[in-house]
Amino acid sequence: MIEIHNIHKTFNGNKVLDGIDGVFESGKMNMLLGASGTGKSVLLKCIVGLVKPDIGSITYDGRIFTNNKLDIKQEIRRKIGMLFQGSALFDSMNVYENVEFPLRMLTDMNRAERAERVEFCLKRVGLENAGKKMPSELSGGMKKRVGIARAIAPHCTYLFCDEPNSGLDPLTAIKIDELIKEITMEYDITTIVVTHDMNSVLEYGDNVMFLYKGKKLWEGHSSTIMDTNVRELNDFIFSNRLMRDAKKIEQIEEEEQRQEDEQNAKK
Amino acid sequence: MKTFGAFLLFLSSLVKRGESPRILFKRTIDEAILIGIDSIFIVGVVSTFIGAVTCVQISYNLTNALIPRSTIGFMVREMTILELAPTITSIVLAGKVGSNIAGGLGTMRITEQVDALEVMGINASSYLVSPKILASLLVFPMLVILAMFLSILGGYLAGSLSGALSGQEYITGLRSDFIPYNITFALIKSVVFAFLISSISSYQGYFTSGGALEVGKASTNAVTNSVIAILIADFVCAQILL
Ligand SMILES: Nc1ncnc2c1ncn2[C@@H]1O[C@H](COP(=O)(O)OP(=O)(O)O)[C@@H](O)[C@H]1O
Ligand SMILES: [Mg+2]
Repeated sequence: MIEIHNIHKTFNGNKVLDGIDGVFESGKMNMLLGASGTGKSVLLKCIVGLVKPDIGSITYDGRIFTNNKLDIKQEIRRKIGMLFQGSALFDSMNVYENVEFPLRMLTDMNRAERAERVEFCLKRVGLENAGKKMPSELSGGMKKRVGIARAIAPHCTYLFCDEPNSGLDPLTAIKIDELIKEITMEYDITTIVVTHDMNSVLEYGDNVMFLYKGKKLWEGHSSTIMDTNVRELNDFIFSNRLMRDAKKIEQIEEEEQRQEDEQNAKK
Repeated sequence: MKTFGAFLLFLSSLVKRGESPRILFKRTIDEAILIGIDSIFIVGVVSTFIGAVTCVQISYNLTNALIPRSTIGFMVREMTILELAPTITSIVLAGKVGSNIAGGLGTMRITEQVDALEVMGINASSYLVSPKILASLLVFPMLVILAMFLSILGGYLAGSLSGALSGQEYITGLRSDFIPYNITFALIKSVVFAFLISSISSYQGYFTSGGALEVGKASTNAVTNSVIAILIADFVCAQILL
């Protein structure tokens, strides 16, 4: 479980995060939803420690992360896996070496143990035969899979994904979301996913936090998000025609249900 | 001035919280091989021709019959060892190695590979940059020695092919009044230039932000700033060490 409290961040007078609180549970898909430029990536970077918040505290399973001693920070960092928006694979290394890299740097596994773990992780993401390929030879979806394999290789407890399905075709996007969800539940990982994709939220989200201009305007379970009366969130959800149609259908169905109930009641 | 402060901070971040010596050693050797193989051809071509051109031009200017032709050999040796081999080679390497370092680091930065290292708890600046600087310190003097050798050979070939002086005369000139300190001086310069090029280019690349366009700009800045730094350092070295 990760807890954040009162996170503020300003870049050159531009307030990007304005006092954000939240709790991210383990074994759940915790989603950060919001339009582009609302500070989702910055918040994620604050949580993993790539950006230092101006004010605020972050705790990992009760252990303070911000402003703590370097070795404690490093110890927590070793349990963090991150999937970057552009995958961020090391382009001078092949797929196998990419996944092996954190094991080589962060663990004292020997070569055979590392090989076993890399094989396992590549198999888990469905890329058992791609070890020799270079990142430049991979499709976008495959890169994300390698990114996931690299993130989970050192047995991470916390997984961060920045727009894991952006830039992918809808089918591949669903598969990547599915994979992240499976891994989260399988290993009881605390997963935080940044997204602007309502499909992912409705299909795979558990807890959702809606960010708007650096503020948290809504949070709750993904199943209740369609019923929100926060105007900004409504605008965000229903900027998409499909979503408007879905809502209309839902309302029509509700109306029918109500009429049916009324009739049943009359009888 | 602010940039210079940031540059010093960057350099100090390289030594703090470094990786284990074993990894540093391995990465340095890898980088050294890359830099060496990458630059050996261009350094060879440039220095051979510089030697040849120097020889031809000196012989063109040396019309006085009282001065022995072997002086040409002497002058080619002095000019290439003292100035041309270390400085021109370093300027060529600023273009080749400097742009490569800045472009590589810049790309890693904008594609978040640097962040990926940091998230793993690795000190990205020391992991990526220190080996490049160490490798440059190791390889540049070797390339400069090669350049001295090839320039003198180029002068020999040009001299005998153009008939300006015989091979024997050239060698006599090469052997006269040799000061071993000049070689030391050239090697010291090459180490200084190596440090300037690799650290300036790393700094430019490491702090790239934006996109592909900025990576291109970082490469260009790396080369121009390195060249200016080389020329200033060349002057300072000559003042202090000669
Ligand atoms: N390192 C930085 N320096 C200055 N401004 C930044 C930096 N990182 C992000 N920003 C600004 O913060 C805002 C939010 O960015 P970001 O978190 O990337 O948005 P998104 O929600 O699309 O991920 C943007 O206006 C961006 O310009
Ligand atoms: Mg983003």
